[in-house]
Amino acid sequence: MEFIEFFISHRNEVLQLTAEHLVLVGLSTSGAVLIGIPLGVGLARNPRWRSPVLGFVNVIQTIPSLALFAILIPLPVIGGIGTSTALIALVLYSLLPVVSNTVAGLIGIDPAVREAAVAMGMTDRQLLWKVELPLALGVILTGVRVATVIGVGLATIAAAIGAGGLGVFIFRGLAMLDSRLILAGAIPAAAMALAADLILGRIERHFGARRTA
Amino acid sequence: MSTAVEFRSVSFRHVSGRPVLSQMSFTLSKGEALALVGRSGSGKTTVLKLINRLFEPSAGEVLVEGVQTTAWDPIRLRRRIGYVIQEVGLFPHLTVARNVGLVPTLEGWEAERIRVRVWELLRMVGLAPERFADRYPHELSGGQRQRVGVARAVAADPPLVLMDEPFGALDPITRAELQQEFKDLQAQMKRTLVFVTHDMPEACLLGSRIGLVQDGRLVECLPPGEFLRSKHPEVQAVLRTLQASESLNVQR
Repeated sequence: MEFIEFFISHRNEVLQLTAEHLVLVGLSTSGAVLIGIPLGVGLARNPRWRSPVLGFVNVIQTIPSLALFAILIPLPVIGGIGTSTALIALVLYSLLPVVSNTVAGLIGIDPAVREAAVAMGMTDRQLLWKVELPLALGVILTGVRVATVIGVGLATIAAAIGAGGLGVFIFRGLAMLDSRLILAGAIPAAAMALAADLILGRIERHFGARRTA
Repeated sequence: MSTAVEFRSVSFRHVSGRPVLSQMSFTLSKGEALALVGRSGSGKTTVLKLINRLFEPSAGEVLVEGVQTTAWDPIRLRRRIGYVIQEVGLFPHLTVARNVGLVPTLEGWEAERIRVRVWELLRMVGLAPERFADRYPHELSGGQRQRVGVARAVAADPPLVLMDEPFGALDPITRAELQQEFKDLQAQMKRTLVFVTHDMPEACLLGSRIGLVQDGRLVECLPPGEFLRSKHPEVQAVLRTLQASESLNVQR
């Protein structure tokens, strides 16, 4: 009950930080999609590059997030303290599920379907936009959903380098040993992750339903 | 009669270097139907893929309508050639109508003309358009899918059609029905047809000539009547399997 009172009395700050958090996740996921899908398409078409690039993206995923923020801070141009550094780290983390699902979705397409499309006289671009991407869409969206949920969690840590977001409450709560503050950051973040999972799951089912042949 | 397809000492090697076809030559006039028979792996499918330039010859020349396939714009060439494969390869995310109307769509036909053509084709292959046009491929049986595959291949009225075991995956009754329907269709349309089959009755029914492919060579290429009388040992081997299955029918 104490927590709810705290929540209500600090509602402006909660809303403010939630909005910041949403912006962080929205921007980083969009970045991961904008980089990850074209990268995945490229890797699906060039098998030779596939394992080195996926391996590299995988390695990034294994770096603990606090360590990655620490590595980025001293770097020139992209580094420093603040939102832009945090966004770079978040994009790097969200990349793996988007890239690997794009590759998996595209190479999982029935070869007979691709052969029929080429033999019907589709250009490379038509093959990609009319056949390959629509068929891989369900799997790609799964990757986007996973990336978003990961992003919501990781963005809390971005507060450590001054990027704002709900992590501000959590870190402050940890420093002050105040569980109300920790919960005020953790509960909205968890709700956001669940909501993202639910909404994106709906979209995914809507677009992915017809690909089962 | 003008030639539709011509092979001039065509050889083809797989990327691994394994020879698939060697020194194959034949000429097909417009309106002819060539049935390719032979063992699995003998190179029959490769012949089809050389015609629509999914493959390019390692040596020799493949000519379609008198022009080398390598000189054709591959997109223009393939739009003039219908292609039916055994796995059918329907687009699972598109309805039957959109599958069938795909090449006309790519060719930029008007929507109404495509609709009329699609309905006409569905009727032709024995699928009631009002029931099937809006279904998705996964809602169809194997035989229905195969019919859609045939309709799709001939949608833009291509002068040349290639079929790779088009009726292979069907039960014998449906297969016989579709073969007969296709025969009637062929009689109306007078397209040039090249098809691969393991079914000798199908080769005799639809083919104006039967070509036997053995180890990448065309060892015999004759009209059905003469083909059945050929003394070539591999032809004899093919025909023995046919007689075996017929005697089985008689015993029953």
